[in-house]
Amino acid sequence: MTHPVRPVLDVSDLPLHGSGSASPTWWGTLAFMLIEGTGFVLLIAVYLYLASLASTWPLGAPAPAPWAGIAFSALLLVSLVPNFLVARWAERRDVRRVRIGLVIMTLFGVVPLVPRAFEFPALHVMWDSNAYGSITWTLLGLHTTHLVTDLIDTIVLLALMCTRHGANPRRLGDVQDNALYWNFVVVTWLPIFACIYGVPWLL
Amino acid sequence: MSGSYLEQVVQPDTRDTDIPPRLLGPQLERIWGTPRGLWGFLTTVDHKRIGQRYIVTAFIFLAMGGVLALLMRLQLSGPERRFIDPDRYNQIFTMHGTNMMFLFAVPVMEAVAVYIVPLMVGTRNIAFPRLNAFSYWMFLIGGLVLWVGFALDMGPDVGWFAYVPLSGPQYGAGKRSDIWAQMITFTEIAALAVAVELVVTILKQRAPGMTLDRIPLFVWAMLVTAFAVICAMPAIMIASTSLILDRLVGTHFFNPSEGGDVLLWQHLFWFFGHPEVYIIFLPAVGMISSIIPTFARRPIVGYLPLVLALIATGILAFGLWVHHMFVTGLPRLGESFFTASSMAIAVPNGIQIFCWLATLVLGRPVLKTPMLFILAFFFTFVIGGLSGVMVASVPFDTQVHDTYFVVAHFHYVLIGGAVFPLMGAVYYWFPKITGRMMSERIGRWVVGLVVVGFNLTFFPMHILGLQGMPRRIYTYQPELGWGPLNLFVSLSGCILAAGFVLFFFDVVRSMRSGAPASDNPWQAATLEWATSSPPPSYNFSRIPVVTSANPLWDATILPATRGLRVERRELLVTTVVDAEPQARESSPSDSIWPFWAAVTTSVLLVSSIFTPWAVVWGAIPVTFALIGWFWPKSTPEDLA
Repeated sequence: MTHPVRPVLDVSDLPLHGSGSASPTWWGTLAFMLIEGTGFVLLIAVYLYLASLASTWPLGAPAPAPWAGIAFSALLLVSLVPNFLVARWAERRDVRRVRIGLVIMTLFGVVPLVPRAFEFPALHVMWDSNAYGSITWTLLGLHTTHLVTDLIDTIVLLALMCTRHGANPRRLGDVQDNALYWNFVVVTWLPIFACIYGVPWLL
Repeated sequence: MSGSYLEQVVQPDTRDTDIPPRLLGPQLERIWGTPRGLWGFLTTVDHKRIGQRYIVTAFIFLAMGGVLALLMRLQLSGPERRFIDPDRYNQIFTMHGTNMMFLFAVPVMEAVAVYIVPLMVGTRNIAFPRLNAFSYWMFLIGGLVLWVGFALDMGPDVGWFAYVPLSGPQYGAGKRSDIWAQMITFTEIAALAVAVELVVTILKQRAPGMTLDRIPLFVWAMLVTAFAVICAMPAIMIASTSLILDRLVGTHFFNPSEGGDVLLWQHLFWFFGHPEVYIIFLPAVGMISSIIPTFARRPIVGYLPLVLALIATGILAFGLWVHHMFVTGLPRLGESFFTASSMAIAVPNGIQIFCWLATLVLGRPVLKTPMLFILAFFFTFVIGGLSGVMVASVPFDTQVHDTYFVVAHFHYVLIGGAVFPLMGAVYYWFPKITGRMMSERIGRWVVGLVVVGFNLTFFPMHILGLQGMPRRIYTYQPELGWGPLNLFVSLSGCILAAGFVLFFFDVVRSMRSGAPASDNPWQAATLEWATSSPPPSYNFSRIPVVTSANPLWDATILPATRGLRVERRELLVTTVVDAEPQARESSPSDSIWPFWAAVTTSVLLVSSIFTPWAVVWGAIPVTFALIGWFWPKSTPEDLA
């Protein structure tokens, strides 16, 4: 630096990594959640917009059968418990428990895909039948994409935790951020669930 | 000699206090520097190199879009000219608008921020530097997709806002609209990535002591812009994705016969499209607020009102979109609301103008080229703002909708409001970026030619619009009487073009043989001027400590930090409000993976135009590239 400087502030004792809101990655995850959350809000707005235009809703189909959706939602809500525990173990830097937790979370990523696979036929409409089919398939599809993305992320983190990189606080921070993101996947599902199954029932 | 000495001295956990001050720079350069050659070019994550690349690429797109504009002016210079056929003309005006909005205006503003913001907040690299590299490659490839499409006669021909049903499966045959829609995906991914980087850099990497009320106004402007990008861009991604789904897999979002709606497209597009205007304008506001105090030789007047005006504009920008749709027959009450909000946004903008004028009046202005561009901005932008208040009124808008009056209006606000400040910013920051001054003499000619050329070109378009000349027509009949004024516009366009040619000439000339620039040639107050010109790879050998809003004016000796490691890329993370140091965080090293991630993502996106299954098989290489990107390596940055 060519402007004359005078070192006054000693930062040598600062930690190498801050967790939670002291970590840039945490803020980055939050920003991406804001982006994707805006996307979900807009899609729900599109759903309501199309519903407001239609003379009958759902278009050309009975209301969707809710049972697969209810089973899916129940699994997601239950998964919040192990997800919370994984984040706490990661914060305490307990790598052994984190590994177990990530195995459980991998299962909680895979198992909901089964009821999810039944949710699409439960809509009783195809994406190319009419606009109602288009928006419901897109909503479910986009949410499924988030589910699968987070599942892959969880599996990669599980593999990482079984290597020598696992004990690194920065990698354990990644586990916490992944848990945060899973909460987002669960929380965004609730309004989508209410939209897909609740709105036809109300109308 | 110093190299071998350093190899002996520098061990793991060596601090900047452990080595002699004269070797601090060389050691940091060893750690932060980009290797020479192609490998360094492809792997670098230095925000300055990427920012420079981003700026240069965006200006090349500006020049290409300018050539398209000249072709249109050639065709319209007289009635019933036959230089360009109607089909090609449709592609040209679509390419011009799409190119200028998505490949020039938004990217160039973010690009300047990618370069300047980390320097202004006193850090060593942008947050998520690999994402930054990825963003550039996505932007570049997206631009190439559009232009290669155009070269193959597959350029989009549906206007830059691609209204359905014209762009839908029924009327938009072929792949032209698909190329438009996927280009959107490329550029929005790039823009969103930079927005996230900027938010986190500004919130978490400010130099210690840079509390919220000491953040430079350009940085504030970019923070608001980044949030606007985050909230607006998802709308256009959803719009373009549903368009492409309608076109490729037979969904019915925009098909009225199956319960879809064409106006849905306009709502989604303009929910993005109007904030887009402010995504372009707010960075320019920040540039103006940086340039004015420097050349008025005094601190800005009304720092707090200026920050509040930025935030208010950013929020109000989301309540205006329907004013692009006044002639679609929406309910009267809705139209009145949007008229009111369109006029309301003039309030924060007016506050800004008065703060700037007060700064100039109370200071001792020095009229160098950057400042001349700001004066040009005042003159031109006020005219654009006035015609904006005019079209905010529904009856008037109904009369001039889709005419050259609107073309004149938005060129006044976009070129006057954003491009003039941007050119001023280029003259202002060029010495910092290149270490050389641009020519003051040529600069004055550039200002003169561009401002006179611009006003002579675009002012008559107001009159042509009032005379009823519609936009987007490839020719007109002689009896309509628009010929002479159009010829005048076309000739004036040549003056404007000459100004830009001279500008580019000055940039190239100055880069090679401009007078060497000192570190702070304008005697400015913000931190980017505290380091050398051009800045070293590590930006600052010691991260500064900030004690006022104008650090270089208020401290002859800049306080700084000590105790950072010098054998790995390390920077400071600070708290959001008070910028108190929280951690010594590592900053990622160079990597080829962002490049591969961009290549694989591009294969997916381009292939999906031809087969929807590309989304499935294309995702596999993308996944591997991302795993390669995030998998920790045995570098000191990843280990601790």
